[in-house]
Amino acid sequence: MFGFETVEVSRALTAMTLLFHAIFATLGVGVPVLVSIAEFIGIKRKDPHYTLLARRWTRGYTITVAVGVVTGTAIGLQLSLIWPSFMRLAGNVIALPLFMETFAFFFEAIFLGIYLYTWDRFKKPIYHWLLSIPVVIGGTMSAFFITTVNSFMNTPQGFELEEGRFTSVDPLAAMFNPATPTKVFHVISSSYLTAAAVLAGIAAFIILIKKGSLYHKKALKLTMTATFIFAMLTALAGDLSAKFLAEHQPEKLAAGEWHFESEEGADLVVFGTLNENNEVENAIRIPNALSFLAHGDFNAEVEGLEETPENERPPLWIHYMFDLMVSIGFYTLGISLLFLVLWKWKKGNPFHPILLWGVAATGPLTMLAIEFGWIYAEVGRQPWILRGFMTVAEGSTTSPYIGWMFALFAAVYLVLAVGCLLTLRKIFKGKPAELELEHRFPNTAAASREGQS
Amino acid sequence: MSYEIIGISVLWFFLYGYLIVASVDFGAGFFAYYARMTKKDHLINQLISRYLSPVWEVTNVFFVFFFVGLVGFFPDMAYYFGQSLLIPGSIAIVLIAIRGSFYAFENYGSKDNSLYMFLYGATGLLIPASLSTALTISEGGFIEETENDVQLLYGELFSNPYSWSVVFLAIVSVLYISAMFLTYYAHRAGDRPALEIVRKYALFWSSPTIIASLTTFIALSQQNPEHFQRAMDLWWVFGISVGFFITALFLVYTGKFYGWAFIAVMLQFFVAFFGYGASHLPYLLYPYVTISNAVTNESMAVALVIVFIAGLLLLIPSLILLMRMFLFDADYVKGEK
Ligand code: HDD
Ligand code: HEM
Ligand code: HEM
Repeated sequence: MFGFETVEVSRALTAMTLLFHAIFATLGVGVPVLVSIAEFIGIKRKDPHYTLLARRWTRGYTITVAVGVVTGTAIGLQLSLIWPSFMRLAGNVIALPLFMETFAFFFEAIFLGIYLYTWDRFKKPIYHWLLSIPVVIGGTMSAFFITTVNSFMNTPQGFELEEGRFTSVDPLAAMFNPATPTKVFHVISSSYLTAAAVLAGIAAFIILIKKGSLYHKKALKLTMTATFIFAMLTALAGDLSAKFLAEHQPEKLAAGEWHFESEEGADLVVFGTLNENNEVENAIRIPNALSFLAHGDFNAEVEGLEETPENERPPLWIHYMFDLMVSIGFYTLGISLLFLVLWKWKKGNPFHPILLWGVAATGPLTMLAIEFGWIYAEVGRQPWILRGFMTVAEGSTTSPYIGWMFALFAAVYLVLAVGCLLTLRKIFKGKPAELELEHRFPNTAAASREGQS
Repeated sequence: MSYEIIGISVLWFFLYGYLIVASVDFGAGFFAYYARMTKKDHLINQLISRYLSPVWEVTNVFFVFFFVGLVGFFPDMAYYFGQSLLIPGSIAIVLIAIRGSFYAFENYGSKDNSLYMFLYGATGLLIPASLSTALTISEGGFIEETENDVQLLYGELFSNPYSWSVVFLAIVSVLYISAMFLTYYAHRAGDRPALEIVRKYALFWSSPTIIASLTTFIALSQQNPEHFQRAMDLWWVFGISVGFFITALFLVYTGKFYGWAFIAVMLQFFVAFFGYGASHLPYLLYPYVTISNAVTNESMAVALVIVFIAGLLLLIPSLILLMRMFLFDADYVKGEK
C-alpha cells in the first residue's frame, strides 16, 4: 500500500496513535494532582483564589480527558487490530496489568463523573476534596499498569518459551520485570511535571498578555513550586533509567549516546553529527559523564554498540531524542529554580517579562520532552517488539488495508485536536477568572483588587 | 467450574452491562436528534443531558473492560478478531471517537450545531451496528483462515440475511431499551411533557424488537444450524425472556410502575443474552476458536479471576455512589441541583 511495507505502516499508525494519546494521557495523569493540591490549599487557607483555580483547571480537564478516553480506547483496540500475533503471544503473559488497568479506568471515570458535577453539593468542602483522591489514584494507577506492560516489552520475563508457546507463566514476575521500577517512576514523575509546567505556562502567558491579577500570580507560584519539585524527581528518575539501561538494555543506551566502543571513563556526547564513517563530529563532549550516568562512577566501563549484533542495533538518530529530552529537563529545572529564588529573595522580581516568557515555554517544551522520551524508548527497542523474543515484523497484522486506516485515523486525530482547541478557547474566552471570582466570591474579589493597587 | 467458564461468564456479564448502559446512551442520541427535527427538543434534551453527561465515560469503560478481558482470557481471539476486524473495528473506533468528543465539545456551547447533533444521533445507531459485526462473524462462515493469516469475507458479510438481521436487531433493541429507560427517568423527574413523548417511543419500538428477535432466530437456523439447535434446547430461557417483555410492555402501557417496567426490560435482555451466550458455547468463533482451546494458561487465568473479584469489591460501592448521585437523587434528577 502506497509503496510501504505493511509493517512500516503498522508502526507508523501505532506511533501516531500513541504519540497523540500521550499528550492527553500525560495531562490525564498529572492535572488531577494539581487540582487536588489547589483545592486543598483553598480549603485550608480559606482562600477562594485556589478553589477557583481548581475549578477552572477541572473545566479544561474535562475536555482533555474526553480526548484521552477516546484515543485510549483506540489504542486498546488497535493493539489487537494492528499487532494480532504479538497480542496472541504476549497476552498469555502480560494480560494481567492490562486487565487491572481497566479497573483503574473505571475507578477514575466514576469518581471524575461525581467530582465534576458535585462542586456545590456538599456542606463541607473537604468532602468534595476527598473525591479528588480516587481520581488521582485512578490516573496514576493506570499509568503504572500500562507502563508495566511497556516495561515487559523491553525486558520480558516470567515465562519459558517452548515451541513458540509460552509456558510456566508467572504473571507477577512478568509485571514486575527489571524495567518496571525505573520506567514507572520516570513516567509518573514526568507526567506530574508536564501537567505542572503546562499550567504554569498558561498562568505566565496570561500575566504577560493580560496583565493578570493576584489570582494568576498565586497560580504561578503554586505551579512553579510543583514544577521544581517534579523536575527534580524526573531528573532523578531519568538518571535511574539510564542506569537501568546500562545494565539491562545496553544497546539502547549505546545507540542513544553514540557510544560505539566499550571503554572505561566514557565521555558523554551531547548533540553533534555523524560523518559517513560513523564518527562523531561537532559534538560537545563531557568527559567521563557517560560512565557516571550509566553506573554512578566516573571511571566505570560502559558497553558500546559494537557488542550488539549488527541486525539488532536500534537506529542512531534516537540520540537526538535523548539529548532533546534531557536538555528540556535541565531547562525546566533551571528556570523553576530561578523563579523560586527570585520569589524568595526580597529584591527579586519573579514576574519579569523575560522570565515569564521562559516559563510560558516550559508548557509546550515538557510536552515535547514526553514525546521525545517515548520515541527514544520505543524506537530504541527496535527491531524488537518483545525484546529478544519477537521482532516487530513478526508481530504485525498482514491486512492490506492498513494504509487506509492510517489515513482515516490521521483525519480523526486532526479533527479531535482542532475540536479540543476550539472548545478550550470557547470555555475560557471572554470569561476571565476575575469575572468569575466576582460572581462567585464577591468579597475576595474586592479584597484582591485592593491588594493589587 | 473451569476457568474458561468463569472467564467467559464474567466477560459476558460485562458485555451485558455494556449492552444496557450503552443502549440507553446510544438510543438517547437518536431521540435527541429526532426530537430536534420534530421541534420537541426543548422537552427532552435537558433530561437526556442531565443523566448522560456524567456517565458516558463509565459506559465506555464497560466496553474497554470487555475487549481487554476477552483478549486476556482468550488470547487467540486477539489473533482471529484482530486480523479479520481491522476495518470494522477501526470504523467503530472512529464512531466512538466522534461520540465521545460530542459530550466534551457539545457541553460547552455548540448545542445549536446541527451537524454535531446529527453526528450524535447517527453514531448512536452506527456504533451498535458496527459492533454487532463481531457477534455476526462469530457464527462462522464469514472468515477464512489461510496459511499465514485470516481474512474477512466482505462479500459474504454484506449479502447475508443473518448479518443484516443482527444489525437490525441491534438497532431496534437500542432504541427500545433507551426509550424504556428515559420513560422511567422522566417519570422520576416528574417531567410530564417529556414522559408523554418518551413513553410513546417506548411503546412504538417494542414490536420491532420482538420481530427482529424472531427473524434473527430464523436467520441463525440457516447460518449456523448447530447453534440454532442448542438454542432450541434452551427454548424455555427465551420463553422467560418473552414473558418479561410482555410484563414490561404491560406496565408501561398501564402507565404505572415505570421503574419495574425498566427492570423487566433489563431482565428480558439478561435472560435472552445469557441464553444466546450459553448456546453459543463451546465456540467463541465458529469453527476456529472454542473456549477450551483458546483459554490462557492456568496461572494467568487464576490471576485474572482474583483481580476481577478484588476489582468488583472496589467498583460496586463506587458505582452505587454514582447511581445515588445522579440516578436516584430526586433533586438532581429534577434538575434542582
Ligand atoms: C517531561 C518529560 C521528561 C523529561 C524532562 C525527562 N524525561 Fe526521560 N523520558 C520521559 C520523559 C522525560 C518519558 C516520556 O516518560 C520516557 C519515555 C519512556 C519512559 O520510560 O519514559 C523517558 C525515557 C527515558 C529513558 C529511557 C528509559 C527506557 O527506555 O527504559 C532515559 C534513559 C531517560 N528518559 C533519561 C532522562 C534523563 C537523564 C533526564 C534528565 C533530566 C530525562 N530523562 C528527562
Ligand atoms: C504513551 C506513550 C507511548 C508513546 C508516545 C509511544 C510511542 C511509540 C512509537 C513512536 C513507536 C514506533 C516505534 C517504531 O516504529 O520504531 C511505538 C511502537 C510501539 N509501542 Fe509504544 N509508545 C508509548 C507507550 C507504549 C506502551 C505503554 C505500550 C505497551 C502497552 C506500547 C506498545 C507499542 C507497540 C506494540 C509498538 C509497535 C512495535 C514497535 O514498533 O516497536 N507503547 N510506540
Ligand atoms: C499502548 C498503551 C496504552 C493503552 C492500551 C492505553 C489504553 C487506554 C484506554 C483504553 C483508555 C480509555 C479508558 C476509558 O475508557 O476510560 C485510556 C485512557 C487513559 N490512558 Fe492510556 N493507554 C496506553 C498508553 C498510556 C500511557 C503510556 C499512559 C500514561 C502515561 C496512559 C494513561 C492513560 C490515562 C490516564 C487515561 C485516562 C484518561 C482519563 O480518563 O483521565 N495511557 N488509555
